Amino acid sequence: MNVPEDRRYTDQHEWVKAVDGGFRVGITDYAQDALGDVVFVDLPDTGREVTEGETIAEVESTKSVAEIYAPLAGTITDVNAALGDTPGLINTDPYEAGWFFVIAPTDDGASEQLLDADGYRALTE
Amino acid sequence: MTDAGGRASSIPLIGGGEEPTLDRFSTEGRRASGFPPLDVPASDIVLPEAADRPPALPEVSERDLVAHVNRLAHRNFAVDLGAYPLGSCTMKYNPKICDWAAEHPAFRDLHPAAPATLTQGSLEVLLEIETILCELTGMARATFQPAAGAAGETTGLLIMRAYHKSRGRSPEMVVIPDSAHGTNPASVSLAGYQVLQIPSDRRGLVDVEALRVAVDDNVAGFMLTNPNTLGLFEEDIVEMAKIIHDVDGLVYYDGANLNAILGIARPGDMGFDIVHSNLHKTFATPHGGGGPGAGPVAVLEHLARFLPGPVPERIGDAIEWVQPADSIGRVHGNHGNFLVVLRALTYMRALGGDGLRRVAERSVLNARYLASLLSDDYQIPFPTPCMHEFVASAAALKRATGVRAMDVAKALLDHGFHAPTMYFPLVVEEALMVEPTETESPETIEALAEAFNDIAESARTDAEYLHAAPHHTPITRTDEALAARHPVLTWHMTSTP
Repeated sequence: MNVPEDRRYTDQHEWVKAVDGGFRVGITDYAQDALGDVVFVDLPDTGREVTEGETIAEVESTKSVAEIYAPLAGTITDVNAALGDTPGLINTDPYEAGWFFVIAPTDDGASEQLLDADGYRALTE
Repeated sequence: MTDAGGRASSIPLIGGGEEPTLDRFSTEGRRASGFPPLDVPASDIVLPEAADRPPALPEVSERDLVAHVNRLAHRNFAVDLGAYPLGSCTMKYNPKICDWAAEHPAFRDLHPAAPATLTQGSLEVLLEIETILCELTGMARATFQPAAGAAGETTGLLIMRAYHKSRGRSPEMVVIPDSAHGTNPASVSLAGYQVLQIPSDRRGLVDVEALRVAVDDNVAGFMLTNPNTLGLFEEDIVEMAKIIHDVDGLVYYDGANLNAILGIARPGDMGFDIVHSNLHKTFATPHGGGGPGAGPVAVLEHLARFLPGPVPERIGDAIEWVQPADSIGRVHGNHGNFLVVLRALTYMRALGGDGLRRVAERSVLNARYLASLLSDDYQIPFPTPCMHEFVASAAALKRATGVRAMDVAKALLDHGFHAPTMYFPLVVEEALMVEPTETESPETIEALAEAFNDIAESARTDAEYLHAAPHHTPITRTDEALAARHPVLTWHMTSTP
């Protein structure tokens, strides 16, 4: 199972990676494998203010529908429009091209409470 | 495309070729039906511009049309062809005597708007099935208007809303366990409530402590499916009902799995206030695209005044239509799908009370027998003995061989059985939800188990073959992801006559 070292993780199988102006968020390789072929993603609007743990997106596969939670409190500053036409990117490239949205966090240090790669790996084993 | 087939040739059926679409049979001027000569004065109608020419539709004779539809039917799987262990759906065999009753012209040809004075026999049918259903569920009154199970859910929730309104309250939340049918949250939303989800515990049952913590006086009610979607009997119903009643909430029984307790236990005795049942599951009426359905809702006496109206009531020697005092209004244009209701009554009367109890006994016995015959490749994640269905996990098989629940389900079609439900409920990884139903013989149960076990065995030697299954059906593995990502929802004539 691929778990890159360059980012943090939540116990809801989401990854959080620092980028210019905030944190980029997506789902892990483990999560995409469990979901199967993703067919539709419902993304939040940019500018939306979210609280930690709030349901802000939905990902639908041929097997099920899963909710995506805000890993941090903050404001949505960008969403991955490419997922509209090609939701399969979440399956083929979950850590890069398959990202969901960018959050500008209310608290800059909030991501440090999330799991590191080892912590997340332990969770999935 | 096999052009050798089509029209009245059965080549597509014999050769396994593709059945042509109807437009391929089209010949100008062919008709499947004709209108009698005009016997009233003609009047001029101004048509909108878009209607200035006839629509491009296939022109076919009745003979060619019937051959086409029957060839398609012969290439499909059906309950009348073989075992259909589609968990949660109760795809049991429907006895033909029920069709006999529904085809009787005295019922079949009745106009839904005919007055009560001319339809006393049909009203008698509605009163009689209401009495039986209320006896089976422990309720006081019932409506047969809802046209399907989910329509019954919405009706029940609207009754819940009317109850709270009558008490000057407007709580906003409805509690649902995480193993609930997907229709439950949808119905809650449609009825204007919000969902409060409660997790299952290690037993696969509702986590009562989580329920206790979550419930406050903003809770309007609780929807519970019992046995639940893991096929397990909820053990703490009395306690859960008390938690809900203590905040003046109502407890709703989703009767989708009523066949497991028929004649043995009654929701009314457990503390439920509202029960919907699916006649097409429990009482063997047409099902799964073969509908129409019926999802009657039964309630305790104090909720009867909110039922959809009108309801039949015996007044003196006659039965009349009466509007309940605080009715939520109609939920069907007429009186529900009456011929479906009639089929269900025929089933109830043909089996009798003892027969209905045997339905429950055999549904549970068959599921437990099948579960006991499955190899260790199918792990049953909860220790509680199952009721009428069980959920097995193919997670270990997937880790060992790469063969997933989806592959097992598709391969079962090659063994002559319908696939089980897959990937539901979501709380079980690689879920296969299996409901053999009460109508299958022990021999069929054994053959089903052998098919499951053979598939798991072959996963070790030829996983690739299973990834491509089914191989022996008219249509083999379809690309479900492509169909969901790029659905084609309209059809246009590609060739003109």
